[in-house]
Amino acid sequence: MRTIFLHLHPARVNEASIHFNRTFGLGGMVALLIVIQIITGILLRFYYTPIPAEAYNSVVFTKNQVLFGQFIRNIHYWSGVFLLLITFLHFMRVFLTGAFREERKINWLFGLVLLLLIVLLNFTGYLLPWDQLAYWAITVSTNIIGYLPLVGESIRTMIIGGKELNADTLRTFFTFHTAVLPFLLLLLVLYHFWRVRKAGGILVPETVEKPEMVPTMPNLVFKEFIVALVLIAVLFIFAAVFNAPLLEKANPSYSLNPTKAPWYFAGVQELLMHFHPLFAAFIIPISVVAFMAWIPFIKYDDSPNGHWFISEPGRKSSENTAKYAAIVTLAGILFNEYVLNFEVLLSPIPAFISNGILPLLILIGFMAGFNKYYLKKLSLSKAELVQAVFVFIIVAFIVLTLVGIFFRGKDMALTFPWNV
Amino acid sequence: MKKPKHKKEFTKSEPVKADPINRRDFFNKSWKWLGIIAAVEVTGMFTGFMFSGKSKNNSNPKQLLEAGPVDSFALSSVSAFMGGRFYLARQQDGGFIALSLRCTHLGCSITWEETHKRFICPCHSSAFDISGKVLNPPAARALDYYPVMIENGIVKVDIGILMERNTFRKDQLQYA
Repeated sequence: MRTIFLHLHPARVNEASIHFNRTFGLGGMVALLIVIQIITGILLRFYYTPIPAEAYNSVVFTKNQVLFGQFIRNIHYWSGVFLLLITFLHFMRVFLTGAFREERKINWLFGLVLLLLIVLLNFTGYLLPWDQLAYWAITVSTNIIGYLPLVGESIRTMIIGGKELNADTLRTFFTFHTAVLPFLLLLLVLYHFWRVRKAGGILVPETVEKPEMVPTMPNLVFKEFIVALVLIAVLFIFAAVFNAPLLEKANPSYSLNPTKAPWYFAGVQELLMHFHPLFAAFIIPISVVAFMAWIPFIKYDDSPNGHWFISEPGRKSSENTAKYAAIVTLAGILFNEYVLNFEVLLSPIPAFISNGILPLLILIGFMAGFNKYYLKKLSLSKAELVQAVFVFIIVAFIVLTLVGIFFRGKDMALTFPWNV
Repeated sequence: MKKPKHKKEFTKSEPVKADPINRRDFFNKSWKWLGIIAAVEVTGMFTGFMFSGKSKNNSNPKQLLEAGPVDSFALSSVSAFMGGRFYLARQQDGGFIALSLRCTHLGCSITWEETHKRFICPCHSSAFDISGKVLNPPAARALDYYPVMIENGIVKVDIGILMERNTFRKDQLQYA
């Protein structure tokens, strides 16, 4: 057992690569959380019934009648939340230290696929309790698919097996959540690990002298052990203090007010408040994912040096880009909400143009202006420029998500977090 | 799978001109094609398995639901039939329409506001008038509706067929 575990690592590792603040142990945390999800998921599965009439009651039973039922359910819930958050942080860490180029290109793509799988796992799991929260969140999310031109409606019908959520939907989601997706995830995670090793381990800044190699046991293993213990402790505290949400049983006749998509789609839902659904749910998200997949294949004129933000100008420009993105996004939300609603103002024009192409062009104009009047003046390298675009997108996404989660109340109107 | 190393040398050192397909090539090609055929078959089997069992559509043959006698619905009033998932709306001129609960924006359930005489969606505040016409975006289409039949003074709604429409037209109403 001990040897199997140790074989995930090389016998000796570069001393610089195991400093905690090189990676913050994020990838390892993700691996641990996946293991926790599998264990608690299997436990929950012993009591769960994937039928609309009984799903909710079986969850209530698990929660109230089973010893540690509430606790196991809470762990599964919180570790799902942590899993997505930490995977996202891991993704940012890898990008911002430049560990996605050259021999790591393919692994970056697999990383993106893993991120997507984890989102899908969260999404399919969201429906299973079959309470009001689950029912309406999944209704809203799947209805968005219907806006894809031509094929949208048939794809939606295929996914949920009908016009509205039904027994087929629950069975399909259950199968994906407990069999298809976890299996794929495990397979790809192992491959992801293997490719990291093949690329020579963690990317570290080059040094003049030869890197110092230290034995993995105990140097790395002990650190991992500590990270694991702290993470488990935090997770258990969360699970002990905050219960996983469970509202009343799903009622197709009454929508919640507000009905919100799952929290990780809150950013997309916030976009939906400002853009035509075709733009908010497809054109913009798909372009962002395509951009993320494309960045390792851009021709750069230098090699990644392993430094955070590449260089001092890189750090400075990222910082200002982040501020600019936050301001532009927030201002855009407030402006569209209170001052100017294109769809109402330009109602004779199809919403596709007035509420899609037009605001998108304005947004692109703001990005281009920033590039022309600020970034150009810094004479950044190509990698630093791509980094600025990445930072802009990520910060805008985070702002949208936070607004969607914390600042949207009754009737989806803007409000303060304590009124939500 | 890695090809055996000697194979390459063999084909290189003995170029086959007279016989364009030697035995080794023949078998290699056969395996390849058999593999492709097997993959197609398995994919077909999976897809067939996945989709043939799913219900093709929801439009069941007539599912009539009796709403009540014509006279029990006042002019310009809305009655909720939660079991049938529709609102029976009687217009000012006496015409009936059975409006689906589903908001045409993202599928939330709309509610009737008697004070403002409008349907409102709790999700993104789309609003519709008593005939299902859009009063306020983001919803773009008028509310879907179910066919109404009036027999012997009794209003019946066929909840088996959901009718979609872009805008309200007079002929969507049913008169006693």
